[in-house]
Amino acid sequence: MQVYVEGIGLCGPGLAGWEASRTLLAGVRPYVSMPVVVPASALLPANERRRMIMTGKLTMAVGSEAFFHAGRDAAVTPTVFTSSGGDGDTVHQILEELATPEREVSPTRFHNSVHNAPAGYWSIATRSHEPTTALCGHDASFAAGLLEAAAQATAESRPVALIAYDLPYPEPLNAVRPIVSLFATALILSPAATDHSLARLTIALRRDGATPTLMPDAALEELRGGNPAARSLPLLAVLARHAAETVALEHLGGKHVVVAVAPTTAAT
Amino acid sequence: MQPLVLSDFSIVSSLGAGREATLAALQAGRSGLVPCGFETVKLPTYVGEIAGLDEPVAGVACRNSRLARRALEQDGFAERVAQARAKYGPHRIGVFAGTSTSGILESELAYRRRNSPSGKLPPDFDYAKSHNTFSVAGFVAEHLGLDGPAVALSSACATTAKVFGAAARMIAAGLCDAAVVGGADTLCLTTLYGFHALNLLSTVPCRPFDRERDGISIGEAAGFALLEKPDARQAQDVNAVMLLGVGESNDAHHMSTPHPEGVGARLAMERALAAAGLAAEDIDYINLHGTATQAGDASEDIAVVGLFGVETPVSSTKGLTGHTLGAAGIVETIISSLSLLHGFWPGSANTKNLDTALRSRYVVETQNGRTDRVMSNSFGFGGSNCSLILGRAS
Repeated sequence: MQVYVEGIGLCGPGLAGWEASRTLLAGVRPYVSMPVVVPASALLPANERRRMIMTGKLTMAVGSEAFFHAGRDAAVTPTVFTSSGGDGDTVHQILEELATPEREVSPTRFHNSVHNAPAGYWSIATRSHEPTTALCGHDASFAAGLLEAAAQATAESRPVALIAYDLPYPEPLNAVRPIVSLFATALILSPAATDHSLARLTIALRRDGATPTLMPDAALEELRGGNPAARSLPLLAVLARHAAETVALEHLGGKHVVVAVAPTTAAT
Repeated sequence: MQPLVLSDFSIVSSLGAGREATLAALQAGRSGLVPCGFETVKLPTYVGEIAGLDEPVAGVACRNSRLARRALEQDGFAERVAQARAKYGPHRIGVFAGTSTSGILESELAYRRRNSPSGKLPPDFDYAKSHNTFSVAGFVAEHLGLDGPAVALSSACATTAKVFGAAARMIAAGLCDAAVVGGADTLCLTTLYGFHALNLLSTVPCRPFDRERDGISIGEAAGFALLEKPDARQAQDVNAVMLLGVGESNDAHHMSTPHPEGVGARLAMERALAAAGLAAEDIDYINLHGTATQAGDASEDIAVVGLFGVETPVSSTKGLTGHTLGAAGIVETIISSLSLLHGFWPGSANTKNLDTALRSRYVVETQNGRTDRVMSNSFGFGGSNCSLILGRAS
């Protein structure tokens, strides 16, 4: 499958947006992990932002950044959301409520607990009637999302937004499923080259021969290994370097999603 | 889209295990809903519960995967997949499994058994194989020995309709030659108390399209289909069930309330028709989402009447199975496949007094009728909508 990257969004520890993070990911400046600040998205008015679940704020932040750079209209673009854990805070709070004798579940919390809640809020905020797909592939959630998004773009010959996110669970779930930090990224993928294309991706699912591409920086490698959405980092690093390189992203059962990156415009 | 064949399918719900039991219940109009006695739940509601799912099965970590396993073992489905595995190779068969709540029941039980004072979960709690949304897809791939692309889709109550779209795209993109699609959703406290909190649980067996309808009854179910490109024989076989079209959309309206004019529902149905290259009059029967909430049935009725008029027979089978949430898409795709193969329109159990404000041609009693092409609707929280069109090979 071949798709073109038109816009990128990024939010993670010490990674405050795609443009600000490019030199860090490219290894030009040293990476320093810092507490995450989720930027306010223009998609969310201040009063709604206060009530919004964290996964909603996070995905709107990276999604709107990627759409801005791609120059695309979110209202007419299908989306693929992928996450291992979804909104862990919401699920934890419901589990605590259900462990009490009263079992009184907050109705808003209940509808926020569905895995596609961020996709639902995105559609409302962007007034998009286009399809949303919400995926989970455990540690391979990013690779699975990239396959689905690329399959949509090529099979249906239309651009698609891939939004990957994961954040730590509160205890006690954190102890059984530790997720490092909070991380989200968005890629606008189109089936054909446009003026906004940054790189061409040739994507294949491979069973043999590949070893996962790691991050040379120890702190970024810890993030990559510890957060399913951050498994995207090797791909983002190649895009940041504006380099022609191939990366292997771990899928399941020893398989890899292998992505050959070819820059399409001059580095800026 | 290029039509694909459902070479085989399997189902377990409160109507029974397997195709024969499901068909018999549909034709007799026998509901699987009973007063809720699930776990320690004390709610005045009816459920479609499946017996024997609490018994441990070695190597299977949660009730949801035990339910998936039971479905895979019906009617020789696993053997049929094994034949496909031999034909294509395990790496060329994908798994696209949907669930809404996966094995969250195990987490609910584990939270009651948290260590005091540390608050830790009990050591036997297996997060990855129960709580994590991927657990059902991982289980299916492992149980069937499949090594193609595997992923879980979780778009609430539309999800096991959307698996057909995901599989069709992957096959079209050349990532696999065939796919096992479907999924499982078991009863759990999150959905029972959650829908109760939203005032959407009926205190009687749910009554789709009835003027007295007052909410859903929750059921549990699992179902799977083997989806592939038809071979020369299947392309000619009048008894082969084909997937002709998939239409997906979003309401962009509210997280848990459908668009009042059914805008997203209508778009999904229109897109399914466009994908199949069919017109509204080509559809012989529509299996509605029809959950028996006031708002849901009314908005779907507006969408259906707006697109199809008032002559196309429609019904909801949720009075029989209950609303099986994340499994509703595959359950009703299989019910639609059975009506297609056996030439009948399933009736609507528990619907006594049709709401005259709803204008669709609603089928209350099961009757024989033309079913060469049928549509199945699935809509969910987050505004997610998916319509599928099935037909006989021509």
